[in-house]
Amino acid sequence: MQVTNLTDQNIDSASILSSAKGRKRTIVGVLTSNPKIAVGVGIVAFFVLTAIAAPLLTPYDPNATIVTGSLPPSAAHIFGTTGLGQDMFAQIVYGARVTILIGFTAAIGSTLLQVFFGLTSGYFGGIVGDALNLFINVFLVLPGLPLAIVLASLASANAATNNNEAVIALVLLFTTWAYGARVLRAQTLSLKERDFVAAARATGEGTLHIIFAEILPNEIALVAATFVGTFVYAVGAEVALEFLGLGNTSQASWGEILYWAQANSALIIGKWWQFVPAGLCIAFLCAGLAFINFGIDELANPRLRVERSRHRRVLPKKNKAVAP
Amino acid sequence: MRHLLRRVGFYLVALWAAVTFNFIIPRLMPGDPAEAYIAKLQGQHVTRQEMDAIRQLFGVNPNVPLWRQYLDYLNGLLHGNLGISTSQFPTSVLDVLRQSLPWTMGLVGVALIVSFISGTLVGMIIAWRRGSWYDTAIPPILTFLSAVPYFWMALALVYVFGVGLNWFPSNSGYDVFNVTPGWNSDFIVSVAQHAILPVITLVIGSLAGWVLTMRNTMLTTLSEDYVMMAQAKGLPERRVMFNYAGRNAILPSITSFSISLGLVVSGSLLTEIVFNYPGIGYALYQAVQADDYALVEGCFLVIALAVLIANFLAELVYTLLDPRVRRGGS
Amino acid sequence: MTLQTLLEIKSLSVDYGSASGAVHAVDDVSLTLERGQVLGLAGESGSGKSTLAYAITRLLNPPAVITNGEILYYGRKNADAAAPVDILDMSRSELRTFRWSELAIVFQSAMNALNPVMNLEIQITDVIKAHNPGLSASARRGRALELLRLVGIAPDRLRSFPHELSGGMRQRAIIAIALALAPEIIIMDEPTTALDVVVQRDILSQILALRTEFGFSIIFITHDLSLLLELADKIAIMYAGRIVELATREEIYRQPRHPYTRGLLNSFPTLHGPRRRMSGIPGSPPDLRSVPPGCAFHPRCPYAFDACPKIVPALLDIPTGKTTPNALVACHLYDPALNPEGAESVLNAQSNDHTDAAPPPQVELSASSDAGGEQ
Repeated sequence: MQVTNLTDQNIDSASILSSAKGRKRTIVGVLTSNPKIAVGVGIVAFFVLTAIAAPLLTPYDPNATIVTGSLPPSAAHIFGTTGLGQDMFAQIVYGARVTILIGFTAAIGSTLLQVFFGLTSGYFGGIVGDALNLFINVFLVLPGLPLAIVLASLASANAATNNNEAVIALVLLFTTWAYGARVLRAQTLSLKERDFVAAARATGEGTLHIIFAEILPNEIALVAATFVGTFVYAVGAEVALEFLGLGNTSQASWGEILYWAQANSALIIGKWWQFVPAGLCIAFLCAGLAFINFGIDELANPRLRVERSRHRRVLPKKNKAVAP
Repeated sequence: MRHLLRRVGFYLVALWAAVTFNFIIPRLMPGDPAEAYIAKLQGQHVTRQEMDAIRQLFGVNPNVPLWRQYLDYLNGLLHGNLGISTSQFPTSVLDVLRQSLPWTMGLVGVALIVSFISGTLVGMIIAWRRGSWYDTAIPPILTFLSAVPYFWMALALVYVFGVGLNWFPSNSGYDVFNVTPGWNSDFIVSVAQHAILPVITLVIGSLAGWVLTMRNTMLTTLSEDYVMMAQAKGLPERRVMFNYAGRNAILPSITSFSISLGLVVSGSLLTEIVFNYPGIGYALYQAVQADDYALVEGCFLVIALAVLIANFLAELVYTLLDPRVRRGGS
Repeated sequence: MTLQTLLEIKSLSVDYGSASGAVHAVDDVSLTLERGQVLGLAGESGSGKSTLAYAITRLLNPPAVITNGEILYYGRKNADAAAPVDILDMSRSELRTFRWSELAIVFQSAMNALNPVMNLEIQITDVIKAHNPGLSASARRGRALELLRLVGIAPDRLRSFPHELSGGMRQRAIIAIALALAPEIIIMDEPTTALDVVVQRDILSQILALRTEFGFSIIFITHDLSLLLELADKIAIMYAGRIVELATREEIYRQPRHPYTRGLLNSFPTLHGPRRRMSGIPGSPPDLRSVPPGCAFHPRCPYAFDACPKIVPALLDIPTGKTTPNALVACHLYDPALNPEGAESVLNAQSNDHTDAAPPPQVELSASSDAGGEQ
């Protein structure tokens, strides 16, 4: 899925922030001024709040068997029950915690890797830079999900690593960093030619300082965008791995709900409620994150913006300037 | 030419990395997948030769130094030794892969072509007609559709069209009960029918990527001077859109092809599982369920190899389309 | 020789709609272009000169809107139609026929104006094909080769891609493309700004040689007023979207009337004429979203007086002599109602011009000089 178009474009983080200041707004103001970002943040916040407030939203324990078998939605169980008789709604809201947490952790870790590899491979030239670049490209071209499947499946051979969410997060971290690293590398390559870097070198700043205290702040917008993109991808991959049975099958999460639904052949026998809620939640969460990224795209690339006249209509109806 | 050779070299390195990965990981994992694997085989009728081949793959012999094991492993690979499948005993992994690969290639190939062509066309057109109602409506809808997990999409389609409406078959690659495989029209028709829902799943999931990439690069391209000059020349609108804007805007799509391909491959794995489609993904799934590590690794290798080849082809196409890279750029 | 009107722009206004309100990029501009004439458009960045040029063929994209005005085109010399046609009212297909065959544009950056994935031959011949579909492929190629010869590009470069050509060659290439259909008007938007000085000279003499040969008119847009003094017949100075002075090159050189023009001239050294102290113009051009009230130039004008911030100056007719056309100036100094003393007394108090010197000769191609031999 396409989650961002900030590929090798040079994003001028400084200009985004300064244009925000120019309009006498804070970063929050800028973020909410763009409708796409606002919608995306709203959706994600909704799910995060739901996850946090899970105990308040449902009296049931998600893992407790309440009834026998899978019942359709009713007043007592608004999303119905699973094949094992657990309340589906409870599974969804508690499962949100697991899903979001795993995705978030994997995204954070992956972003750290991205920043490290991206910036160092972009800043250092010569053999070091080339070697790091090769490393990134190899990881980039190897297909991520199959790699994750192999890792997770081999990890499940061992009792210690079997059924462990941390393993999933680690596996995802390992397989999702390459894309962001390449994007950051491209940006670093162009930034390192700028005068402020030469000036920092001339005043005797250490290499680490230059990379992380001078160059990195200028790439914040890009890092944010790739973080969000990684988050989306991590959620998707995490759900996929769980669906395949490589996750913790005894712990409720959105992916595990789908795993059990498939294991119980829910669709064939017509128990759609085992599938629909989890799938829709995943879709909305990922869509929300994707919207945030598209909004950041628009902030960074003015050509993508559609100027809307907020006040009275200033333009006449017939536009002769427009070339047919 | 040199540029191409460098790229070939890169892909060989990547292939080597995949192969080495398969070698190292089982040996690094806590616990010992190799032991478990061998143990599974003990109960079966396995020849001495096959046993040795397995040992080679997983390195269960601690007396042999690691580098030696590595060389043996590589040597074995070149001879097609990928082990024996425990989940489909006694078929060798190589044979399982050989049977499954064509199904996946057909599925992914068709889906890619359909979604790439229609995606870039739609993206180009909505960018051209910027500000129209479909430019406002289509991107968000597609974003949402692409955020839906592939297999969920597959399941939804199975439910609605397969189980519910029964318009299309939702199981297997062809009608196993009534049709015999071979170059007969019954088989071909059956294959086509059974491919419809899986292909639609893949197309819907990947369409958004093409459309949005093309739309965004097209919007950037449309503000270039050469597009304005083409309009100033009084050229027909179609020519400006396709030959001036489109031809340039499509280049980044081809560059990002490798990423998209990775995603489509992942998507196809999951789609095959839902539809019980007899491709590599389905084989991988069954292997994972049965702890058939040799087959798991074999599938990974095949998938990696296919992805690398496809990427290389995409780079070739890019070189053909963009004259600036042909002589190493200006 | 009576000059024949070729293009008449009447009260043209172009706005850019933005979230904070309309920006007047071109504000009530009227200009006339005669046949065979070189009209110079001078001004700083943001003065509206490029917007004006692109508005003529309706090449502006949203959010630009033409809010008012007419652009009358009087047609080819041998055309029967006596009445001019308003370009802004043309239908799609009329506009498409009009473009390039009557009016062509030479863009500022040839590297950006040439399609990077097409070779030169295709970029020259596709416009020929679009307008003359009956012509055979070999006839088109022949024409392309002829055009390359005219601008001084070697014929073996016909199939080259833009990135394979040098900067000067690329600029010649887009001039060649501009000539393809022998248009009546060529708009040149800073055609030499991106080139180094030596190549600039070459290209400019080439342009004028071609003009002499084919007789088209040129609208030459630049920020370099000194260039226009050598090239143009008539010069229009633009500031903040309005024309502030319009006169022949001799008048501009001998007696620049608008304080902005005077400032511009004092910013360039000349090789001819007496030495004088150079001064720039303090301040910078206004942000078009918040144009100063009254005369847009008044904050930077050394001669501003109390009427300037209040009343927007209209273009005033100033007679220059019996046989020469009037000069037009938009400055209250020349309005006897607002400035009874007259402009000269105010200006001469701080004068720095050179009314006695002769203007530099217009660049010509003499028979003995080396024409078209450059690569």
